[in-house]
Amino acid sequence: MVRCFLIHTVCPVSALSAGESRVLYSRVFGPDEESERTPEERRLLQKEKIAAVARQVRSAVSLTREASGRVLVELVPGDEALALQDADSGVVRLRAGDPFSEEMSVLWLGVQSLGFTMVCEPHENLLLAEGTLRNLTRHCLEHLHMLGQGSEVLLRSTRIDVLLSRLLPHGQLLFLNHRFAQTLEKDVAAYMAM
Amino acid sequence: MYSHSSESLIQQAREIQEPELQKFYSRLVKLLQGKELGHETVDSLQRLYLILSATKYTRMLPSDLQKRLRSLLLSQSEQLQVLSAAVLRETLPLSGQEPNYNQENPAQLNSHATALLISQAVTRTDLSFFCAQLLRCLEGRPSESPAHSLLYILPVLNTILTHNPKCLTEDHVTLVSKKLVDWLRYASIVQGGGASSGRFFTGPRSRQPLPIAELDGTVSGDFFTVLCVGQGFTEDQWMNVYSFSMLRHWLLTYHSVSNGNTTVDAANRLQLSLSLSLSFSNDDRSEVDGSVVSMVSATSSSSRVLPPKERLREKAFQYCQRLIEQSNRKAHKKTDTELQKACLVEAVYILDCVCVEDASLVYRTFPSIKALFGRLSSDLLYARVLLPIAQFCLNHGELAAVDCDSMWKLVFGRFPAELFSDPFLAHELLRFLRLNLENIQLRVSQYTHFFPNLLKFLAWDSPAVVDDFVDLLPSLVTPGTTVELLHTLLDLPCLSATLVLQLRSACLPISEPGSRSLACLDAFRHSSSRGLFLFLLRGEAGSGDTIERLDDLHKLLAEAADWPRVIHCAQTVPVLLHIFFNTVVMVADETLLAHLILVMLERSSLLFNIPTYIKEIHRVFSCHLLRLCKLHPSLIMYQSHELLEFAGTTANVYTKEELYTHVVWVLGEYLSVSCDSRCSVRLITSCFEALEAVLFEITSSAPPPGATCPAPRAINALMSALAKLASRSHDLIPRVSLFLSKLRTLTRGRSVPWCSDEEDLVAIVTRGEELWSLLKTPSIAQSVLTPPPHVITPQSHRDNNVAMPLGLRTLSILAQSQRH
Repeated sequence: MVRCFLIHTVCPVSALSAGESRVLYSRVFGPDEESERTPEERRLLQKEKIAAVARQVRSAVSLTREASGRVLVELVPGDEALALQDADSGVVRLRAGDPFSEEMSVLWLGVQSLGFTMVCEPHENLLLAEGTLRNLTRHCLEHLHMLGQGSEVLLRSTRIDVLLSRLLPHGQLLFLNHRFAQTLEKDVAAYMAM
Repeated sequence: MYSHSSESLIQQAREIQEPELQKFYSRLVKLLQGKELGHETVDSLQRLYLILSATKYTRMLPSDLQKRLRSLLLSQSEQLQVLSAAVLRETLPLSGQEPNYNQENPAQLNSHATALLISQAVTRTDLSFFCAQLLRCLEGRPSESPAHSLLYILPVLNTILTHNPKCLTEDHVTLVSKKLVDWLRYASIVQGGGASSGRFFTGPRSRQPLPIAELDGTVSGDFFTVLCVGQGFTEDQWMNVYSFSMLRHWLLTYHSVSNGNTTVDAANRLQLSLSLSLSFSNDDRSEVDGSVVSMVSATSSSSRVLPPKERLREKAFQYCQRLIEQSNRKAHKKTDTELQKACLVEAVYILDCVCVEDASLVYRTFPSIKALFGRLSSDLLYARVLLPIAQFCLNHGELAAVDCDSMWKLVFGRFPAELFSDPFLAHELLRFLRLNLENIQLRVSQYTHFFPNLLKFLAWDSPAVVDDFVDLLPSLVTPGTTVELLHTLLDLPCLSATLVLQLRSACLPISEPGSRSLACLDAFRHSSSRGLFLFLLRGEAGSGDTIERLDDLHKLLAEAADWPRVIHCAQTVPVLLHIFFNTVVMVADETLLAHLILVMLERSSLLFNIPTYIKEIHRVFSCHLLRLCKLHPSLIMYQSHELLEFAGTTANVYTKEELYTHVVWVLGEYLSVSCDSRCSVRLITSCFEALEAVLFEITSSAPPPGATCPAPRAINALMSALAKLASRSHDLIPRVSLFLSKLRTLTRGRSVPWCSDEEDLVAIVTRGEELWSLLKTPSIAQSVLTPPPHVITPQSHRDNNVAMPLGLRTLSILAQSQRH
């Protein structure tokens, strides 16, 4: 299962300190781990866990980019396929307890100034997860015009919710061949057109 | 991509004031009261979501707004469903309004409302109730519940049982097992209609149904799987996809073999399975009537007599075998090729899982796994598929009496050597090692020999995998590999640079006209120096601890010292060295530890020149030199010659101050008869003379050009060491006392060239005076300067005479405090 999916900044943000990351979208799947706390505490804890993941990925992305020495090229809407091809990718291992109660594998894609991150449980099929993450990222980039200067990722977040409900329902990774994927994507496109 | 407008939107949402917020709430309630909910409502709801989600502190919604939103959850418009679920997820249900899980009817809920319900579930009983309802839906006839709701039931179940496997009762598990069998094995083998409208289900059949096809276009000859295609899909074909997607997790949760299985038990199971496999009757069909001869199922056992769990296991086995067979076909689309790889990984993991449960399946599985290995082992693009096969070999190879040597050569040999730059392979391979470490150490004898290869992952991308190596490094420290491992760790930054060169060399042409080529790249390719690099790139240990021309190698790589990748690597080496030394003390004997001290002394001047790297390594060496000598004081005797030589070299005071100070300290502390009976007066005297010479030299002249004054600590260490040695061989006391009194006179009121700070000078002189006065009473001097062990370790609580009054005092305090 995928525990959560998030979109966050991996570039410096003026209002935040150096290693911090602004979370633009996050979605946690499944019931909460903590059952002994009040609902308010649970939500707070969940947000903090997500922030912790975002920070770790931010650090991983900047170290990877530093090591590879590649220069980021500014892209414009229309270059989505290129953006995906050029994206940095990697995996971060989160130890049990830090911040989730069991060990997690965090897959990430760094596209320009944003990171697309998927927190997967230990026995997950990471090949499938990687493919799904790339697919989700491509759809987000296209349907929310993320290569432009707009803020649709914040103002049209329901589109991501619908995308996830088809391609990653309740956090379940799906083995979709191109025909199944096409059917689901047509469904998503129909929603986006509204 | 991340614009100012986005940032300011978030800031606004976080900083919205309460009065404005309340106005917004009331406006929204009015909008929601209207008959038609148009764009303005949707935009306002979206804005509400942004306001609630932008901060980690929860905002409560007024009750009327909450009620309206809850009713929107069941709206016909998906947009409103999604929006209301998203908003409600970011706030808390009103007290007294928490959902009643016993009453919610999943058949009436859509996917978004269900997700909300699950995220708000607090107790296990809530989820159990909800599960029971869900499964009631599953049991019902398909026509009763709206068809689309069935599709998300399996993902919902899967997410619930991730946290709470006990939510499902035995009966539930049986029911789901039966359903899974139906969907996995008996899904429709004809194509669904109505593809153009994107609907999920078959419409009325207007024309002859076409059979499903394989990914390469040929007509399918066996049951439906995720690797089958059609123009449209029937409902049970969708359920086939959802079922397979959760199959592994289901098996791991409910089919795990208890540890209490005895061999007798396993033998009984083996007997049963063997006798069943002898019968070759056809599988019974469920509702769907198909008459295609299936190739996989014809060779399988009759499953009519098996209970549901075992039946599911058998069907899972067949499904995976079919997937392996289907993955051999050449798919038309690239995404399908990638899916085939993912399916192979999943299939092998599931087969591993069922074989762990039922050992008799190993014999049926191994031939196809072996064939798969044969097919894929030479193609590096399938490296990630070979890891599950390695897991299978590790778990079941012994049972099938298979020699997995070529497998290990691939996993430990070729993969790290050629695929070190693939972050996903690195993660999965290292994870595989971590999870199976004990087994690997038992079954794969050559594991530790491959450490040079494994360290390539670390050298390439240290930040990403250092955590894994913190766990794995101890297993690589064995008496046979220790010294070579230490050398390799110290040269890890050089390996990092060499890997970069190796990749660049493969990409760039031999000579690029007109461009600046790296000097180190030329050196990498040049025949006279290539051997040096090839040593670093070796895959296995055993061909030598290190190379003679290490210095040359460092010089050739000099321009790599500021490459970020190399710097990241250098930052992780001290941590790994600490782990290394902590492990070494547990596995090595004194001879080996003495050898390590020698290596530390030698390598202290032979390190790759990255700023701060050398200093950090010296600090680690100092720390562990101290520890080793404390644990085994007689190590000083083993390496007395080298230690004396090191301590007698004045230049070391200036270039390796930290390490020098510690060497001098251990000499002073442990060079005595009480630590090792082999210690002679002659040895003490020659050590004394060596240290004395250095002390004279550094306190008589300014430091050489380019060097700073020696720290007071170094000088104090020298003086203390001399005093300690003199206290053990009283003939030497006059010489020390003479020096110390001279020191006092020389420095009185004057500045000296070898100490720039006045306070430091005072500290040094004070220490000198203390030692001088101590040495006036030689008999006490020894006990004070090197107290015997029983004085240093606190034992007063163990001594009867001392402990009694302490104990009585404690008891009376306790008794008195109770009275108050």
